[in-house]
Order: sequence, then C-alpha cells, then structure tokens
Amino acid sequence: MKLKKNIATSETGFIFNPATGDSFTANALATEILQLLKQDQSPAAIKTHLLNRYDVEPNQLEKDWDDLVAQLRDHQLLD
Amino acid sequence: MSDAHPPADHRPRYVIGVTGLNAIDSPGPGVAVIRALRESPAFAVRIIGLSYEALEPGIYMHDLVDKTYQLPYPSAGTQVLLERLGEIHEREGLDVIVPNFDAELPNFVRLAPRLAALGIRTFLPTMEQLEARDKLNLRAFGEAHGLLVPQQRLVHRADELAPAAEQLGYPLVIKGRYYDASVAHTLEQARQAFHQLSAKWGLPVIAQEFVQGHEINVAALGDGTGRTLSVVPMRKLYITDKGKAWAGITLEDETLLQLARRFVAGTCWRGGCELELMRTADGRPYILEINPRFPAWIYLTAAAGQNQPAALVRLALGLPTEPWTEYAVGRMFIRYAWDLITDNHEFHQISAFGEL
Repeated sequence: MKLKKNIATSETGFIFNPATGDSFTANALATEILQLLKQDQSPAAIKTHLLNRYDVEPNQLEKDWDDLVAQLRDHQLLD
Repeated sequence: MSDAHPPADHRPRYVIGVTGLNAIDSPGPGVAVIRALRESPAFAVRIIGLSYEALEPGIYMHDLVDKTYQLPYPSAGTQVLLERLGEIHEREGLDVIVPNFDAELPNFVRLAPRLAALGIRTFLPTMEQLEARDKLNLRAFGEAHGLLVPQQRLVHRADELAPAAEQLGYPLVIKGRYYDASVAHTLEQARQAFHQLSAKWGLPVIAQEFVQGHEINVAALGDGTGRTLSVVPMRKLYITDKGKAWAGITLEDETLLQLARRFVAGTCWRGGCELELMRTADGRPYILEINPRFPAWIYLTAAAGQNQPAALVRLALGLPTEPWTEYAVGRMFIRYAWDLITDNHEFHQISAFGEL
C-alpha cells in the first residue's frame, strides 16, 4: 500500500490531492500513519509501531486500519 | 518635505483596449485580464476599457481602467465598430485590443486586418477556428481529433426531443445555441427548456448526453502554429446557480495538459481559449464546450505563474514568447462581491457621452 507520490500532507493533518483538487483533514492518528506511509514504511511496520505506541488491541487496530485504507482508496489517494 | 522619487519605470508602455468589463454574477473576463496585464513585469499599460452597458462594473474601477469608451453592440456590424474604434484610436493611440466576448469575436476577427492597418494589433483565432469549436460542430470536431465529447443532437422542433431523449437517455442536457443550459429529467422538462432556450438564443437547440463528474476548466494559449504556450487546469470548487466557478484550484494532471495541447495542435489555435470539461469517476475528461477566449478566472493563470493575458499581448505585438513549463499547483481563487461606490455624474457621463 502506497500513497500516490504527488499527494501533499502536512503535519497538521491537511491532505491535498493535486490531481483532483480535493482536500481532506485527517485526525492525529491518521496523520501519523500518513507520515509513515510517506516515509515508505510498510503496513506491517506501521501496525507494529502503533501497537507498541498505543494501548490498542490487535483486532481493533486491524478494523480501524481497514477503515482508513478504504477511505484512502475511495478518495483516490493510494497508488 | 521628502525628496524621494519613485524609481524610474523603463518598461515599454502599451495602450491596450479591453472588453468584457461586466464583472457581475456571470462575469466577463475583462477585469481579470486587466488585472493580469497590470502585473506584467515586461511592460506597463494604459488600459482603455471598451464597454457595451453603462453599468458594467469595470467602467468605474479607476485603479484598473484608465478610461472607458462605449462600443456599439455586435449586432450593429463591423463598419460601425470600425468607425468607433477609429475614433478611440485617434484619441488614445491603441497598440492592442483584447476582445473578451464570444458574441463580439466574429466582428473583431473580420476587422483584424483593417485594425492592423491602423496600427492596432490583435491576436485572435480565425473564423475557421471559431467555427470548428462551435457548439454545433463540437461533436464532429471531437471525433476528428480523438477528443471525448458527449453525444449530442441538434433539435430544430420540439417533436424532435423525444427521439433525441430515446437516443441519449435521461437526464438530458438542453443547451442554448450560444449560452445557457438546463438539465431535463422528463420529456416535459426538455420541452420547456427547448421553448425557453430557443426563444432566447434561437435555433437549433442542442440536446446533449448528461455526463456525471467533476467540472474542470482549462485555460490555454496557442501561438497559431500549433504550439501551446501555456496551459493551466482548474477545478471548480464552488459553483453558482449559473454554473460559474466562484472558487477554484489549479490542478496537476498531465492528461489535462495533453488534452489542451492536442486541441491547440489540432487547430493551430491562435489566442486564448478555455476548455470546459467534465471528468468522470473513472478519470475520462469529456469536453463540454470550448470557449474561444480567456475565461473570467484567467487571473488565476497569472497567480499560478503563467500570465496568459500578458503573453497574448506579446504575441499580438510580435514579441518573442516562449512556452511555460511550470505553474503553481494548489493555487486557489475565491471570487467575492464588492459594492463599488461612485457618484451618479460618472454614470451620467458614460450613459450620455459614451465615455468616462
């Protein structure tokens, strides 16, 4: 899973897709995930990082992860 | 007492006539063109506004427009227009005219050689180019150049609507010969739109396949040899009930740039133009219309780094003009309404004497 190369993200959670002109605001956790995706980290590595950092059950993380991926795909932000 | 002087301006100064001063809810491009021209680092300008109606807001924008003269309506024909422009030229010494209305373009195109003989330069499409992208011919034009254009049928009588709807399906877009469009979901709505639009703009009316998607406009400038000097795509972010962009943002999309370049190359387009597109969910850009002039949002091209009006003036003057390769993506415009205050003697002046 990779963010499209031209997607602009900011530390404040602002996402801009220059091909469509769409803008989005991400919450703090989604922003963190997007930053890690931009650094070319794999989904497995990001999930491990999140499990270590936050008090979250693996099942819950998987569910939230799938939701986020579906939204990113829906908004044409993924390659 | 200060002895400071403003720095000397060594730029050449051109006197430029600009039409389309109607900065209203369905705006003409003139005020945006003037704003871009005034920002050219290459030349200074004296702007001569050319108006048709006494309440065109640009007439009263004295920080943008130095002097305004009223023109005869396009329906008066070329001879009357030439005489009026001759009078204005005698007083102002016009270097260039940038016409910005669809309806006046044929007259200016026909007059271009005679204006050039007077020393007034223009940079306009040919009559053949105007015809090729005309709404009535757009579908055939698209087929000839491999461009996606929604299916359409020309409708001369109301009883031709039913077969058109059968072919194109609902919703159906009913478009006026020159301006305006309406989306019909039933035959009755289509009939109503047909009668309204034919009464206002004449026949034929165009029945067009409805395409769902995002509205994108592309402003482009062709040098007349097939070369595209500038192309800037913009997505409409806020659309008025007249279908006009009230806010927009520049896009990065190579397919849109290529589309505009293909149009310019295929027609050897001469001057500014606007491609009105609908991009479907699967990314296909359909051309809904091609306007043979700058759009009202043209200042965004200057703000994004490609000052198309300034480049057009250079082309008109025969000055070297190189293609741009970059522009700022994500640059936005947000239009606003502003109550411009003037004294009624100015309104009387332009109304009674045709100049201000």
